[in-house]
Amino acid sequence: MPRNPLVMDCGIFTTRYKDDMAILHHPGAKLKVLAVIIVFAAFPLFASPYYVGVANLVGIAVIGALGLNILTGYTGQISIGHGAFMGVGAYTAGILTATHGLSFWIALPLGGIAAALVGAFFGIPSLRLKGLYLAIATLAAQVIIHFLIIHTPSLTKGTAGMVLPAPQIGSYRLDNDLSFYYLILILTIAAVVFATNIFRSRVGRAFMAIRDRDLAASVIGINLFQYKLLAFALSSFYAGVAGALWGHYMGVISPEHFTINMSIMYLAMIIIGGLGSIMGAIFGAFFMTLLPILLREAVSLFGGVFANISGIILSMQDAIFGLIIILFLIYESEGLAKLWKNFKEYFKLWPFSY
Amino acid sequence: MASAGTTGSGFLLKKGCIDQLTPQLTIEGLTLHFGGVTALTGIYLEIMRGEILAVIGPNGAGKTSLLNCISGLYRPSEGKIAFEDREITQLAPYQRARMGIGRTFQNIELFKHMTVLENLMLGRHVHLKPGLISSGLYWGRAQREEVKHRRRVEEIIDFLEIQSIRKKPVGMLAYGLQKRVELGRALAMEPTLLLLDEPMAGMNIEEKEDMARFVLDVSEEWGTTMVLIEHDMGVVMDVSDRVCVLDFGRQIADGTPEKVQQDPLVIRAYLGQQQ
Ligand SMILES: Nc1ncnc2c1ncn2[C@@H]1O[C@H](COP(=O)(O)OP(=O)(O)O)[C@@H](O)[C@H]1O
Ligand SMILES: [Mg+2]
Repeated sequence: MPRNPLVMDCGIFTTRYKDDMAILHHPGAKLKVLAVIIVFAAFPLFASPYYVGVANLVGIAVIGALGLNILTGYTGQISIGHGAFMGVGAYTAGILTATHGLSFWIALPLGGIAAALVGAFFGIPSLRLKGLYLAIATLAAQVIIHFLIIHTPSLTKGTAGMVLPAPQIGSYRLDNDLSFYYLILILTIAAVVFATNIFRSRVGRAFMAIRDRDLAASVIGINLFQYKLLAFALSSFYAGVAGALWGHYMGVISPEHFTINMSIMYLAMIIIGGLGSIMGAIFGAFFMTLLPILLREAVSLFGGVFANISGIILSMQDAIFGLIIILFLIYESEGLAKLWKNFKEYFKLWPFSY
Repeated sequence: MASAGTTGSGFLLKKGCIDQLTPQLTIEGLTLHFGGVTALTGIYLEIMRGEILAVIGPNGAGKTSLLNCISGLYRPSEGKIAFEDREITQLAPYQRARMGIGRTFQNIELFKHMTVLENLMLGRHVHLKPGLISSGLYWGRAQREEVKHRRRVEEIIDFLEIQSIRKKPVGMLAYGLQKRVELGRALAMEPTLLLLDEPMAGMNIEEKEDMARFVLDVSEEWGTTMVLIEHDMGVVMDVSDRVCVLDFGRQIADGTPEKVQQDPLVIRAYLGQQQ
């Protein structure tokens, strides 16, 4: 019997474990997901190329933020090296396509794999170090990788940067915002689905167990070292793919893109969006990518009226970011994902909410 | 609901078979130092397959330290531990868990942000096979495995009578229920040796009786060997086949509950504590 789509669910009852374990419990949820996908697929039909470009950056940020959330939000291992791992992916794929003429479609996963290996290597200290100490160790990764990129110009062209070729499908070149849009959309959906599956099954549960209580995790048979390295590798794989994608989308990469600023930007995304939450990574990526753009638009809108103030606001962008992060830490430490959940709960009961 | 009398009646007879001839765990000359403190001194202990061994002793006697040495959280300063005829002294906790040693903790060590179901599914970690890729694809075998093991977990949920809380985050549960969930997580591992560190501490009479019943049922149904740390002598008398008494890190008595209760050394250790 067709359901009235306007009626909210009061509860879901299942009779099979398989159904109870499904992410999309009922036809309504499947329809909603389908609707969201259709909206995203149709987006370029309505949006100007500029906004398609913004959407591309958001998609890449979602992949990168998911990666960091796997490691930091879900496994509890703080990393300030995420920007560098993106750099490893971007440069590996870039060297393969630009210097060696390899196809982008092979270079992209190889970039991810190279980042995964490097990430796992720099994850080795996580066996002994926790919290801030581990953060400092990953900072070392950031510094070392950045140094290596600058000081191996024969490979990376050093500070001058590299020009990367556009990916091709047959003779069709993906060299504009629109053609990249669908590639990024597909990869972003794949990244979300993979991560969602991970955290409803064995490996993801082990990651969360390590975050919640590593002592208990070891006593139920989880090899802490193996799983921490696995979390570093998977997280860095996401970072590497995001980096390689970003590099080929922008067409140029240079060392200054993959600094500690990038790492902190991603940390801010998952903190604002919600640690240990897939939706959190998505919201955070949207928020952090769109905020500077909205800020700039707001400023240009009022630019004529308050010429002085708008200049100040633009120059204070970093401070505004910082303030927002602090406000989230104080008032909603579970981030935008939690706000979204509250919002949905509210409307489940609406108008009888009390 | 039938429940085991746990207040000293002593009439409960265990039907599970105890194999008195083959020790499952052998501890030889176990000594453990923490800087200047000696937590355990020269412990020799054989734990027989299928028995319920109670470990008692005053606070600070070294009971928890003994369990920590068996499950691998502490490395002994001297001595050897063998499980199923294999020396395990140098093995990591996760390796011992895979061999079949499960445990609960004196201060509950659950995954507080996760639900009861997730905690119990984590108990099945060693029995589940899917790796990273198949977990991420959640297709075919990975999905079948999750469903299959969910079924086992539901059996344990039924056994422990915690159906109504299966989707609650454990951090929100009452203390007594958390203790029960922690037992559930250990049972989900299907251990052949189960170490229980004060599973009834801080519980009211009713909860204690339930817990004692679970312990006896597990022993009867699965024949699991158990080491149980407990202060309530009534419970110890009812549940255990054998009692080992520790005092200041030394083993001062070992035998049937009745025998140990009359041991002058044991009486003195307990009286000494009360003064
Ligand atoms: N991790 C540790 N570090 C230092 N001392 C410890 C540690 N664990 C236990 N001890 C010491 O070992 C002794 C035995 O402790 P424990 O095994 O917890 O006793 P019980 O469980 O019988 O109350 C105590 O003196 C305690 O202070
Ligand atoms: Mg203790």
